[in-house]
Amino acid sequence: MQHYLILAAVLFAIGLFGVITRRNTVGILMSLELMFNAANINFVTFNRYVPSESLTGQIFAIFIIVVAAAEATIGLAIVLLVYRNWRGIETENYSIMKW
Amino acid sequence: MADQPGVDFAFWVLATVIIVSGIMVVSLRNIFHCAMFLILCLSGVAGIFILLNAEFLAAAQVLIYVGAVAILMVFAIMLTSNLSSKRIVMTNQKAGAAGLACTVFAVGLYFIVNITTRSGIWDKATEELPADNIMVIGKLLMTRFMLPFEVVSVVLLAAMIGAIVLARKEGA
Repeated sequence: MQHYLILAAVLFAIGLFGVITRRNTVGILMSLELMFNAANINFVTFNRYVPSESLTGQIFAIFIIVVAAAEATIGLAIVLLVYRNWRGIETENYSIMKW
Repeated sequence: MADQPGVDFAFWVLATVIIVSGIMVVSLRNIFHCAMFLILCLSGVAGIFILLNAEFLAAAQVLIYVGAVAILMVFAIMLTSNLSSKRIVMTNQKAGAAGLACTVFAVGLYFIVNITTRSGIWDKATEELPADNIMVIGKLLMTRFMLPFEVVSVVLLAAMIGAIVLARKEGA
C-alpha cells in the first residue's frame, strides 16, 4: 500500500514543480493533470486497502476525472482566447487579469 | 501488495514509466513532446488502476484522459502556434528553488506515508472488493450518489457552454 501512496506523492510533487516553473499555460494545465492523477491514485489505493463498505473511493475518483475534464476544457478555451488577444500564451500575458 | 510476484513486477515497471514520463512532462522544452509523454504517463496510471482492481476506472482513464484531455491539449498546442521553437524559454527563473521545494515536499510526504503506514492504523485485513466492480459502481451512482451525479452533469454542461462562449469569435 505504501508503495502506491509514495508513487502518488512523487507524482504530485512533479506536478507541483511543473505548475510552479512552467511559463507556458498549456504546460501548466498538463502539470495540473498530473496532480489530479496523483490524487486519483490515492483515492483508489485507499479504497482498495482500507476496509470500506463499498467502492466510495472509486466513485470519488470518477467525479475527479469529470471535474478535471471540465477544467481542461475551460482552461484551454481561456488559452485560446489569450492567444488570440496577445499572440502568445506565456504567463506574463495574464498579468492584465491581476486585480 | 506483493500478492504475487507478477503484480510486484508490474507495479515497479508502471511506477518507473509514470515517474520518468512525469518528469519529462514538466522538464522538456518542446511542448508537443510534453503532451506525448503526458499520454504515456496517463496510460501508466491506468495500469496502476488495473493493479488496484479498479477496471472501470482504468477504462474511464484511457477514454477520458488519454482519449479526450490529452488530445485536447494537442489541439490547443497546434492552434496556438510557435510554441515549440527553441528560443522560447519554457521555465521561469525560479526553477532551482522550486525543484528544491518540491523535493523537500516529496521527501516529507514519503516520511509521513512511512510513519502512518507503520503505525498500523490501516493494517486491518483487507476485505476483497466485489468482483463485479462495474455493477456496484453503477448501482452506487444511481442510488447513493444520485445527487452528485446529477450535479456533475450540470457542471459538464456549464463547462461545455462556457468553453463555446469563450472560444467563439467576437460577433460571430
